Amino acid sequence: MNKFKFDWLLLPFVGIGIVLLVWGISSATWATNLPSPAKTWEVSKEYVLDPFAKRGEMDQGILRFTWYSIVLVAKGYTLALLIGTPIGFFLGLSKTFTKIFDPIIQIMRPVSPLAWFPLGLVLFLGAGKDANTLAALFTISVCAMWPTVLNTAVGVRAVPQDYLNVGRVLKLSRAKTLWKILIPATLPYMFTGFRLSLGIAWLVIVAVEMLIGRPGAGGFLWQEYNSAIYEHIILSIITIGLVGFALDRLMSLVEGKLKASH
Amino acid sequence: MPFLELKNVSKGFGSTLVLKDLNLTIERGEFVAIVGYSGSGKTTLISLIAGLLKPDTGTVKLNDLEIVEPGPDRGIVFQNYSLLPWLTVYDNIALAVDQVFPNWSADKKREHILRYVGMVNLTPAVDKLPRQLSGGMRQRVSVARALAIDPQILLLDEPLSALDALTRMTLQDEIERIWEADRKTVVLITNDVDEGLLLADRIIPLSPGPGATLGEAIPVGLARPRDRKALNHDPEFKRLRALVTNQLLDYGSRRRTTLTRKLTLPDILPEDLDQPRVHRPPLRPHEMKKEAIIVTS
Repeated sequence: MNKFKFDWLLLPFVGIGIVLLVWGISSATWATNLPSPAKTWEVSKEYVLDPFAKRGEMDQGILRFTWYSIVLVAKGYTLALLIGTPIGFFLGLSKTFTKIFDPIIQIMRPVSPLAWFPLGLVLFLGAGKDANTLAALFTISVCAMWPTVLNTAVGVRAVPQDYLNVGRVLKLSRAKTLWKILIPATLPYMFTGFRLSLGIAWLVIVAVEMLIGRPGAGGFLWQEYNSAIYEHIILSIITIGLVGFALDRLMSLVEGKLKASH
Repeated sequence: MPFLELKNVSKGFGSTLVLKDLNLTIERGEFVAIVGYSGSGKTTLISLIAGLLKPDTGTVKLNDLEIVEPGPDRGIVFQNYSLLPWLTVYDNIALAVDQVFPNWSADKKREHILRYVGMVNLTPAVDKLPRQLSGGMRQRVSVARALAIDPQILLLDEPLSALDALTRMTLQDEIERIWEADRKTVVLITNDVDEGLLLADRIIPLSPGPGATLGEAIPVGLARPRDRKALNHDPEFKRLRALVTNQLLDYGSRRRTTLTRKLTLPDILPEDLDQPRVHRPPLRPHEMKKEAIIVTS
């Protein structure tokens, strides 16, 4: 048992070591423009050690940038859940609704965030200064909502007939059946959807920030590419990855808790 | 006037007729056991009484009112407990009590729920979730939930068949004790003849499906309260047991003789071993064709 835990703590570092090695060799041999790990640390130190510093609009500590991104994601993601969950319930409950909207959903689902964003800009052209932000929120929610929609629909369809029979025997009203039986029974599926949606929202925010050059993890990345400070690209990539990983862990903790209680 | 009345009830799913021409009358306060083989349509029958299913023909009446939908006047204990897994024992029962007695004060509801939890001996487990309970305990919660809404009739759909033999006996004794206390009308569906004899006033055999129907009712005149140990040596108990068992076995043998099955031969013929291996493709009768060749010389 002890050895098992030890493995889980130690072996990931072996993986990190291998990646650093490949990275170092690459930057020393064929990819000469790629900064070495040591150089990357040297140049990024300031951003990591003082993560909440604000020196200028596009010159801030890395966690401060990340925080901007997280706030925007949180808004777009909330919007996605608020729209996606009810759609999922309708899809799960009504065959007619499914027949009407399923093809459209299947067509909209694979569209890249990069394709949605200009449409978002067009939609909110009249908003002036806020157009960028509104278009970003639109893109995040329209891309991130599908896993929530589809998982909720699957969850609703998978509610055991026994649970519904309990409601029928007690003559629960429609609203009560929804709140007391359907939603609790669907919750584990919904959270699987929520978790996948969050992953997508986080993917989308980086792309969107690069397009609008908004301060944030993605915006910083693109700006530093344009300023030829390649070390900061790597710093951004690592940060984006770590935050995405942390968000996913967080959601799967909640999801696991819910699954265990069912 | 009978309390529960089924008249010429038939029910099928797709092309199979599950229940055929069922007639059943039950008086108020009676405990009736319907005993039959697995898969003979027992659950369909209880679903019809519960109103979860509608009969194809015939009528089901409770108190002279036709049953068209489920309702809390009929408490059901399902075979698989049907507890909501995210609610505690207390909350599972509270969901039912809140719905059926919306005008009661919170205190009155609480006291009522706890009384029924106590009745099935689950007071120590009142705040547990179903997954923390054994099968027997879950089924007690289900019984308590059904009783707590004070139904006019209690429908028990093989409530104990998923439990081990010892737990089943304990619960049988508990059901008997609870029934003695308030004498509700009960329909018990079971595949256990002894269970029926221990609990019921009348046993009605259900012939095996498809097209299952109810047999002649067998009254159980054993004195109550019935003691499991004493019953084992009671000649009347032995006689009734033989009667019900024979009736059911008789159904079984009759089913054997009336069973017709289409016999399908495998689509292959024996190989001709005189031929070399490469020239012996499988001979399939349906692929064989005869053709007439006219040879002119």
